[in-house]
Amino acid sequence: MLKIENLHVHYGGIHALRGINMEVADGQIISLIGANGAGKSTTLKGIMSLVHKTDGHVEFNGTDITKFQTRDVVKQGIVLCPEGRRVFPDLTVEENLKMGAYLRKDKDGIAKDMKWVYELFPRMKEREWQLAGTLSGGEQQMLAVGRALMAKPELLMLDEPSLGLAPLIIKDIFAIIKEINNSGVNVLLIEQNAKAALEISHFAYVMETGVITMSGTGQELLNDDRVRSAYLGE
Amino acid sequence: MDFTSFLSYCLAGISVGSIYALIAIGYTMVYGILRLINFAHGDVFMMSAYFMIFAMGVMPWYLSMIVVIIATIVLGVLIEKAAYKPLRTAPRMSIMISAIGVSYFLQNFATYLFSALPKAYPSIPVLNKTIKFGEVSTSLVTFITPILTIIAVFILMFIIKKTKVGMAMRAVSKDFETAQLMGIKINDVISITFVIGCFLAALGSILYFTPRPSVYPLVGSLPGLKCFIAAVFGGIGSIPGAVVGGFLIGLSETFIKAAGYSEFSDVFTFIILVIVLMFRPTGLFGEKMSEKV
Repeated sequence: MLKIENLHVHYGGIHALRGINMEVADGQIISLIGANGAGKSTTLKGIMSLVHKTDGHVEFNGTDITKFQTRDVVKQGIVLCPEGRRVFPDLTVEENLKMGAYLRKDKDGIAKDMKWVYELFPRMKEREWQLAGTLSGGEQQMLAVGRALMAKPELLMLDEPSLGLAPLIIKDIFAIIKEINNSGVNVLLIEQNAKAALEISHFAYVMETGVITMSGTGQELLNDDRVRSAYLGE
Repeated sequence: MDFTSFLSYCLAGISVGSIYALIAIGYTMVYGILRLINFAHGDVFMMSAYFMIFAMGVMPWYLSMIVVIIATIVLGVLIEKAAYKPLRTAPRMSIMISAIGVSYFLQNFATYLFSALPKAYPSIPVLNKTIKFGEVSTSLVTFITPILTIIAVFILMFIIKKTKVGMAMRAVSKDFETAQLMGIKINDVISITFVIGCFLAALGSILYFTPRPSVYPLVGSLPGLKCFIAAVFGGIGSIPGAVVGGFLIGLSETFIKAAGYSEFSDVFTFIILVIVLMFRPTGLFGEKMSEKV
C-alpha cells in the first residue's frame, strides 16, 4: 500500500536521508529500527511532507503523494502520531480526540470511532473533561494514539510510542498496537525498544545514518547476530 | 468630586477602556498564534478611521460602517500575507522587525496620501446624541461602547471555546507541526486570527473616533501602544486578560485626567507596564512559559 522509492531529505544542511527504499504491505505491522539520528523520524516526516523531500517518490495505494501537502496526505489516510506525544495541553481529552477527526465530516462515524477509542483506552473516558496537559506520560501517549485513530487512518505511523514510559505501560501500548492492526489498520512503527517492536512486526527495516542497511521479517532480525549485538544489547 | 461626576468619569473610563480592550484582543490573539507583537495593529486602527472619512463621503453611516469593517479586514489580511507569511520560518526577531516596518510604512503612507494635517472625522448624529441617566448625561456612543464590547467578547469566547475553528486556533497556538498533522491549514487559521483582530480594531476605531474631532497619520500609535500594554498587563495571549487590562487602563487614565493630571496620564500607563513586568512578568492571566520540547 505504501511504497517509498529512493527518498532523499536534506535537513538544515545535513543529508539526513540518502535514498530510502521501503514498502508497507497490506494488513501488516512494519517497524523501522535504528540508533538515534539514523533518520527514522525524518522518514516519517518526509512521508507526511513536514520536511521537504529533495528526491525520490512516495506512493500510497497507487497515488503518487510525493508532492502532497500534509493535509492532503492525511486525507489519503496516512496519520502520524508524533514523537513525544505532542497532545494539545490546553485542550480537553475529548477536544484532542475531536482534533484528530478534524478533516472528517461523517458525524456518525466520528461518534463511533470516539466510542471505539474510549473502549481501547478506558482511562481516556474517565478523563474526558480533563485538560490533556494534566495527564500522566502514559495517558498522554494513549491520548496521542487515540487522537491519531480518530482520523480513521489506513496507515498509522507511530514515532517512538514507548519513549519514557514505565515497562508495564509499554506492554499495554504494544498490546494495543497489535489490536489496532487486527482491526485492519496498517502500522508503521519506529521504536528504540527494538525487541518489543520486532516481536510484533511482520516485517522490519534497520536504518543507519540515512540508509536502510538491513531488512527482514521480525523473527529473522531478532535472530540476526548483527541486530542482536547492535540493537538488542546481547 | 461629587457622586455625579464620579459616575460620569466611571462611564467615560469604562467606555474608553472597552475600546482599548477591543484593540488589545487583536494584539493578544496574534501573539497567541504567531508569538508576534503586531506593531502595525495601532496603525491599522488609524487607517480604519481614514476609511470611515472616505466612506461617509459617499454613503450613509450604517453602510459606511460595514464597508470600513470589510476594508480594515482586507488591509489586515494583506499585511499578514505580504509582511508576515513569507517570514513564517524565519527567527522571531525578523518578523517583529517586519511588523515595525509595516507600522512605519502605514504611518508614512497615510501621510503621503492624506497629508499630515488632521482631517475632520465625520460625525454620526445618532451616535453623538446626548442621553441622560438622572444627573449623569453622556453621549450615546459612550454608553453603547461597553455594551458592544461585551457582546463582541462573548461571541469571540464562544467561537474560541465551542467551535471547530476555535479549537483549531487553540491547537495551532500551541503546536504548529502537530496541528498540521491533524490536517489543519495553519495559514487559514492565521488569516482567521487577523480577520477577527481587524474586525475588532475597525469596531474600536469607529467607537473611538466618533466622539473625537479629527484623524491624523500618527493618531494610532499611542492608543496602539496603550492597548499593547493592556494586553501585556492582562497576560499576553489571554483574551480575558486583554479585556481586563483594557478596562483597567481606560479607567485609571480617565481618573488621572479627572484629578487634573492630564499630562501624566500616559506616563502612568507606562509605569503600570514597568511595575507589572517587574512583579508578574507573565501578566495577570498570563500562561506560564514552558519551553517547547
